[in-house]
Amino acid sequence: MFADTFYEAGKREKRLAVVVADISPAGSIQKFREDFPDRFVNTGVSEQIMIGMCAGMALRGLQPFAYTIATFTLFRPFEFVRDDLCYQNLPVTVVGIGGGVTYSTLGGTHHAMEDVAVAGAIPNLSIIAPCDPAETKAATLWCADQTRGPIYLRLGKAGEPDLTEMATPWIFGKLRYLKQGEDLCIFSYGPIMKLALQVATACEEKGSSVSVISVHTLKPLDREGIANALSRHKRAVVIEECVPHGGLAGQVKEIACDERMDCPIHAFTLRDEFIHCYGSHADLLAAHGLDLHTILTRLQG
Amino acid sequence: MITTLEQRFDVAAGRRRCLRYRQRILEISQQVTALHVAPAFSCLEMVDLIYHGLMRNPGNRSHAGTPDSFLMSKGHGCLSQYVILEELGVLANSDLQRYCTPIGQLGAHPDFGVPGIEASTGSLGHGMGIATGMAYADRIKGDDRAVFVVLSDGELQEGSTWEAIMMAANLNLHNLIAFVDLNDFGGLARMSEGHPAFYPVLDKIQAFGWEAIEVNGHDAGAMYEGYCRRSRTQPFMIVGKTVKGKGVSFMEHVPIWHYRSPNKEEYAKALGELGEVSS
Repeated sequence: MFADTFYEAGKREKRLAVVVADISPAGSIQKFREDFPDRFVNTGVSEQIMIGMCAGMALRGLQPFAYTIATFTLFRPFEFVRDDLCYQNLPVTVVGIGGGVTYSTLGGTHHAMEDVAVAGAIPNLSIIAPCDPAETKAATLWCADQTRGPIYLRLGKAGEPDLTEMATPWIFGKLRYLKQGEDLCIFSYGPIMKLALQVATACEEKGSSVSVISVHTLKPLDREGIANALSRHKRAVVIEECVPHGGLAGQVKEIACDERMDCPIHAFTLRDEFIHCYGSHADLLAAHGLDLHTILTRLQG
Repeated sequence: MITTLEQRFDVAAGRRRCLRYRQRILEISQQVTALHVAPAFSCLEMVDLIYHGLMRNPGNRSHAGTPDSFLMSKGHGCLSQYVILEELGVLANSDLQRYCTPIGQLGAHPDFGVPGIEASTGSLGHGMGIATGMAYADRIKGDDRAVFVVLSDGELQEGSTWEAIMMAANLNLHNLIAFVDLNDFGGLARMSEGHPAFYPVLDKIQAFGWEAIEVNGHDAGAMYEGYCRRSRTQPFMIVGKTVKGKGVSFMEHVPIWHYRSPNKEEYAKALGELGEVSS
């Protein structure tokens, strides 16, 4: 969905460009490369120049996207993201494919378990983590048109299901309800939203009324929206594919503390450890304790 | 051909300017603990040539077309850039008086957003990548602009610089012109002693697909002539052999002057030496 949307946006807006570092340009990115060869650059396995070139192109008025696997757009060229893009506050979108443990057979070198925490620590850098193709489309269009500054656009992988058909409209910086209830509210973002919705369904079957909230914009965080949700539910749950510190869970607790709210908050995150495990994405998440059974057991306990 | 070149760049006038700039940099060093006097002295002739001989519409002061760009990739050499921007009227005298103070806007490294400063540098190995992106954007937009960048030899030790050198050659960015200030010193010691495999530099640049020459980096005439003779088919680099602390005997080749400011006695002695050179 990112590639299709980027292609369509790039067809209309001549300032859009994409700089990749040896990622095979599948689908519409390949089509973009063929139709607009000047605005497609492959730096090869050279992530620092991928980010550096994006900065230079943005300084000349272009709207570049850096595009490769999350570990290689954010971690490998970290100081270039920080200095070239964030310190100079340039409107470059750093696309991280396969946030979290999406690349479940490739091992820890390809897992961006701490991407949201790392990105969130840099001033000026906004973070958007869509949970389904519709959110990816809305976020990509927003990134293509924005003048705010650098964005970390954290994606999963292709072929994810639509989850937000019934939701309120996507607005940058505002959380959105995928469903509205009264007893329990579940905050989540990114591809793990599937699991959040399964937890919601299971709780509903046991008689709870459940809200599910997509916190697609992790920075700037919709503190008011989170505080409002905490005030309107009896319990809150955060389900996220990120290490325990520096992600959404800690910030939701911080907001509850700042606003003196007594709503209990249960956090389900990746563990603070490298787990040497291979399998499906669900297998990897389960190894971190992120599966339906474990979550329901802990919520009932 | 050469006659035409000399008409366009007056080497003697450049020498007089560089004397004034060195005096001004020493003067600034007395206001605060000025960092990086010696690294500014080693690249001064290069930066002077770029601003006064090579750039079109430097600092974008006139409406005479889109300005060329200059990036001080060796950000710690920026005193050389500040004194020139002051003379061009891009920075005010008061900006330099307030160097490194809370009421000013100039620090010991160039900061994007300050007049005349086109990128924030200071961390080494960033300028060449940004310059590559700028030069590429200019080409695909069809803008007739050149991007000039000054690198230190130290930052040629950064892998990111080589990523950019390789990419600029792949893209045939002949609108990208780089100068290397080959002063043989990092902050610590002589590079030629600690890192002999780094040499010769020129061969490595050429092997990466650039057109490159090696000349005396304090000889503006030689650099200018080399620049004018370039083929304009590839990115072009002038590897300039320089002296760190050039012009002041006790600063030359002495690592401490990477960071140190002269005290009053040293300041007077330094000014005296510069005067002798000019007379």
